[in-house]
Amino acid sequence: MTGGQVTSPGAQTRPKPRRARRRRSEQRLGYAMVSPAVLVLLAITGFPLIYNLWNSFHYFNLLQPENGHPYVGLSNYREFFSSGSGLAPALEHTLAYTAVSVPIEVALGLGIALLLNRPARGHGLARSLLLLPWAIPTVLSATVWKTMLDPQTGGVDYLLGAAHLPGAHTTWLGTSTLLSWVSVLIADTWQVVPFCSVVLLAGLQGIPRDLYDAAALDGAGGWGTFRRVTLPLLRPALLVVLVFRTLSALLIFDIIYAMTGGGPGTATTTLSYVDWHAFLVDGDFGLGGAIAVVMVVVALLIATVYRLLLRPNT
Amino acid sequence: MTALSPGTGAPQASSGRGPLRWIRAHWTAAALTAILVLFLLPFYWVFAHSFESAAQFARNQVTLWPSHPTLSNYYTVLVRDGFTTAILSSLIVASITTAITLVLGSLAGYALSRLRIRGRGVILGFVILAGFFPLTAMMGPLFDVMAHTGLLNTYLGLSISDLVYTLPFTTWLLASLFGQLPAEIEEAAMVDGCGRLRVLVKVVLPLAAPAMATATIFSFILVWSDFAFSLAFLQSSNRFTAPLAIIMLGQSKYQTFYNYTDAAVMITALPILALVLIAQRRIVSGLTSGALR
Repeated sequence: MTGGQVTSPGAQTRPKPRRARRRRSEQRLGYAMVSPAVLVLLAITGFPLIYNLWNSFHYFNLLQPENGHPYVGLSNYREFFSSGSGLAPALEHTLAYTAVSVPIEVALGLGIALLLNRPARGHGLARSLLLLPWAIPTVLSATVWKTMLDPQTGGVDYLLGAAHLPGAHTTWLGTSTLLSWVSVLIADTWQVVPFCSVVLLAGLQGIPRDLYDAAALDGAGGWGTFRRVTLPLLRPALLVVLVFRTLSALLIFDIIYAMTGGGPGTATTTLSYVDWHAFLVDGDFGLGGAIAVVMVVVALLIATVYRLLLRPNT
Repeated sequence: MTALSPGTGAPQASSGRGPLRWIRAHWTAAALTAILVLFLLPFYWVFAHSFESAAQFARNQVTLWPSHPTLSNYYTVLVRDGFTTAILSSLIVASITTAITLVLGSLAGYALSRLRIRGRGVILGFVILAGFFPLTAMMGPLFDVMAHTGLLNTYLGLSISDLVYTLPFTTWLLASLFGQLPAEIEEAAMVDGCGRLRVLVKVVLPLAAPAMATATIFSFILVWSDFAFSLAFLQSSNRFTAPLAIIMLGQSKYQTFYNYTDAAVMITALPILALVLIAQRRIVSGLTSGALR
């Protein structure tokens, strides 16, 4: 990887060492410039990973320091996966929510991107207005939709009533498990679909125009062109969006905290939510560490799956 | 753009009449408009009802636009509920994190794009991976460290942990944007005897002003959005950042007063909305060059 060895070593004695010396000093400067960023990131992510790993095999409760940190083997993991603790459902909820939300959000994002890619007036304005939900803080999105979904004073309630449609005065949050998840999905979708469409639109705009012309000459219809030209060439952008969305859906926290608080009961708990609870409500760093390790393992597994998916065509 | 607008090409081909024909010719615009209305409606609702009186909410008499609009919600939220302090906290944290991010990110980004260092791919890979690290997994360990170092409940402690939002993306973005700058100018400066660091400060950074602006905007938006770390590391309410203060505003009472939360949402969203509308081109290019490269 050092590159540039056109001349055989030793052929020129004088310029070679000087170039090598310059190369070496450039390397040293390069590492010096990279290391502050890398060290900071190691300190705030690498250290927590190792510390969590250690804690997950020990007893460590911040609220009971007198008990010390004895080694407890796998008991923190056992507690997480045991049926009694009510924590294992958080893993199921998280995986199920990811499996449902990501395809919906990416499909909607693709649909809007395809619309924006058609030539028409005002698309620039449409695109920048679409960015607004993406840019605001996630808890604002949750708060906005709590306001919208209130059974008495919410905008959804008002519009359904005004249009004489069924469903007015529906209690979205707090009683029904399904409707609570739907509410979370609505707030989440509203915020991330714009991101998906902007990235996918950039992918669409990178597809050479003449490929469409060629497809049209071959007599391909709209669907045929989409399947044969658009989708294959959009694959890199689609995979980027899928990876981004999957990993952030797996870690969903803000919307859950702000909209459902994990409820009704524990029906909408997620991995991030129970991990926060273990750490900062119960002070249980052993259990919290174990959940953190489970989260990292799940995220890495999924990242690896995508990596394998990415490989064949690159 | 206007020359390509649909419907101009084939008036004889469309069989419908009147509105149907118009829709057929303009269905893209119609569909986009519908989508935009759907996406902007929640903003309108929150905006409108930030002027609604508490009494109307209590009587469940909420209409599309308040019958007696009032500014009192803004006054209450900003003065009584201390939201002015919350906005200030958010500004301070966003500024500290953005400043650190720009220094560390431009150093690393320059080295990764211009200096041929061994293990470049590994370093970039690690930086991106760090950006996906579960936030809640960081909460416990960082809480422990901060409790022992006096950083808990401080802006500095929060700003440092917020670097996980900004530093990976900024390093990646700047590495890609610096790589697009012409290398000849730097080489000329180096022939003139400038060292690499001087070249970075005197030549590259001025040239890369647009890239740095993009990085600043993204960093600011990302830190402004933080809720999880504020919740974990801030303890006294006079230091709460705006997103945390909104949630506490909603939770401190048995009943949610939407008129207050709506006003608080508007106040918190406003700087970001303004930023997006002013710098939307930059944001789109940053999103796509950051995500697609």
